[in-house]
Amino acid sequence: MNVATLLIIIRRAILMGTPLLFGAIGEIITEKSGNLNLGIPGIMYIGAISGAVGGFVYKSSVVYVDPFLAVFIPMMCTILGSLIVSLIYCFLTITLRANQNVTGLAITTFGIGCGNLFGGSIIKIIKSNVPFFAVGDIAKEYNKPFPFVEYLPEKTPELIKILLSYGFMVYLALALAIITTLIIKKTRIGLNLRAVGENPATADAAGINVSMYKYVATCVGGVIAGLGGLYYILGNSNGIWANGAFGDKGWLAIAIVIFATWKPVYAILGSYFFGALCILYNYLDNIPITFIPLLKMLPYVATILVLIIVSLRKKRENQPPASLGLSYFREER
Amino acid sequence: MKKSEKHKHAKLIYISKRANVSLSMQIITRVIALALALVVCGIITKVLSGENPFKALAIFFEGAFEGKRLLPTIHELAILLCVSIAVTPVFRMKFWNIGAEGQVLIGCLATAFCMLRLGGKVPEWALMIIMSAFAILAGMIWAAIPAIFKAQWKTNETLFTLMMNYVAIQLIEYFLKIADKSGSNTVGPELLNHGWFPKLFGVQYLFNIIVVAVITVLMYIYLNYSKHGYEISVVGESENTARYIGINVKKVIIRTALLSGAICGIAGLLLVGGYSYSIDSNLAGGRGFTAIMVSWLAKFNPITMVFTALLLVFIGRGADQFTQIPKYGLNGDFADIITGIVLFFIIGCEFFINYQIHFSHRSKEGKQ
Repeated sequence: MNVATLLIIIRRAILMGTPLLFGAIGEIITEKSGNLNLGIPGIMYIGAISGAVGGFVYKSSVVYVDPFLAVFIPMMCTILGSLIVSLIYCFLTITLRANQNVTGLAITTFGIGCGNLFGGSIIKIIKSNVPFFAVGDIAKEYNKPFPFVEYLPEKTPELIKILLSYGFMVYLALALAIITTLIIKKTRIGLNLRAVGENPATADAAGINVSMYKYVATCVGGVIAGLGGLYYILGNSNGIWANGAFGDKGWLAIAIVIFATWKPVYAILGSYFFGALCILYNYLDNIPITFIPLLKMLPYVATILVLIIVSLRKKRENQPPASLGLSYFREER
Repeated sequence: MKKSEKHKHAKLIYISKRANVSLSMQIITRVIALALALVVCGIITKVLSGENPFKALAIFFEGAFEGKRLLPTIHELAILLCVSIAVTPVFRMKFWNIGAEGQVLIGCLATAFCMLRLGGKVPEWALMIIMSAFAILAGMIWAAIPAIFKAQWKTNETLFTLMMNYVAIQLIEYFLKIADKSGSNTVGPELLNHGWFPKLFGVQYLFNIIVVAVITVLMYIYLNYSKHGYEISVVGESENTARYIGINVKKVIIRTALLSGAICGIAGLLLVGGYSYSIDSNLAGGRGFTAIMVSWLAKFNPITMVFTALLLVFIGRGADQFTQIPKYGLNGDFADIITGIVLFFIIGCEFFINYQIHFSHRSKEGKQ
């Protein structure tokens, strides 16, 4: 493997890792409030399809694609779509106190169904011969690098050129990871959020509105995860929607949350690492085809190892939120 | 001023747990939820396909129960029921095993491996015994790994079992690459041509259906009338109580997980040896996840599970028939949307069964 290949791998790994990063940040915020949202894969699917459909409708209805609207419309559709599903999850688990695992899995079933049904409908509407539809013009706007990148001096190292070559969403994900960390660690809102996730009864006694925190955290988390789905279609796949292409990436995002021990900054490394593992087999020469599944297994095995090590070491700051997965009943204390 | 208003508002509605809920009340609430779900599904069907919802429902019934389609529906019900039965004992002790998918797949893998390597070398009856033993053992191992860590070090079992699913999927992919050098995504009946379970009385799938029926009855007895079943319930209610009355909690967790894994292994065995005679990484088809919902909807009662499983299988088979009609322009994922909506309503209605909402009239009196 030479340097050029390595640079390509880095470029592709970040492209693949960014949707995972969005998903992981969203799930971390959600889990910090004590909601184990197993609906994240479904919500990411919904985010992806709403953005793709929004972009498709906009693209088909205008002659000239306005750069701002091309970014704005799909993003609003994604935010709206993922917000609605997140609200369904919140209403069922927080207001109606339903079991989080069951509700999450139902959301995932529903989300993946919606994604593939509407994706399939559009493919049928445009009478496409190929099993996908494309919103390339929209994707172009999402992948446009910042204007100053053109003016970089000739001698800039290749690595830096690559790191600056992405559309704004990659940097948005990084910024979100840092902002989330700061909010969780340094602000009163973050402290309250962690209190709700660790011990809702105590938080309630301290005057924190437990339901509101859970609602807001889960919805914000869901919307961020939805953006991950959007970026998968528009960034990683260049605007091509194919049914089922998103696959089980949503579960990988949940794996990264564990891998990063519930810390958004570590999730950055985790996502790029998992992203690299997802695409690595394309670039390795001379490996037998039988090894590819073993390579694909690595992220999950790594996650299991982290989970085991974390529970063995029993370090307080690395544990899952104590009330993760449990609904809170004030009357049942 | 603002605070006192808020205070009043908070007291307007309060919620309390119902002490004992009568069976008829439970059934009525669920029927209402199901009816509401049907209305929403009907509207969605109308919007998406333009078909009259009543006719759509008729097509659903046709797809699930008519003539030739009835037997596969019953078989589908049996397999889903088998996986649901498998996850039930661990759920009763609040061990959230969402790794049934992986445990079923690893059972499939063990079965296929035995069929491939031993097929033709040992007598058929011996092969069937060996592959059954291997499938059960594989399922047990897959369930035991997270259970041991849960019992010893309190490792989060939900996340652990979830990850084990994907390890199992990739192991199957690895097996496929080794077993079939052509690089296809399945290993089919041409290679797995030994160890097929017999057709009882000439009826296809009858063997699987009978096995699952026996397991269901046994599980009902085990959970409700045995000492083990009692221990599981106590651990589920309160681990501290269990410890106090001298139950070895670690032992119960591991033993129950082994049982759960074993039945998942059997489901895998039946899928490969009595149904598909082939293997691919999608063979479990999400049943491991659906089973969790089936089991939960039935309140972890094996007999009720027959009906909840039937409901989900009905939607799946019905939607399958419905979406095959080209004029509606829908694809197979329509089933997932309908399933999702029905689940939302049933999940939501549990609240009204378990809790009572009181409307306090104090604020009105305050105004007067």
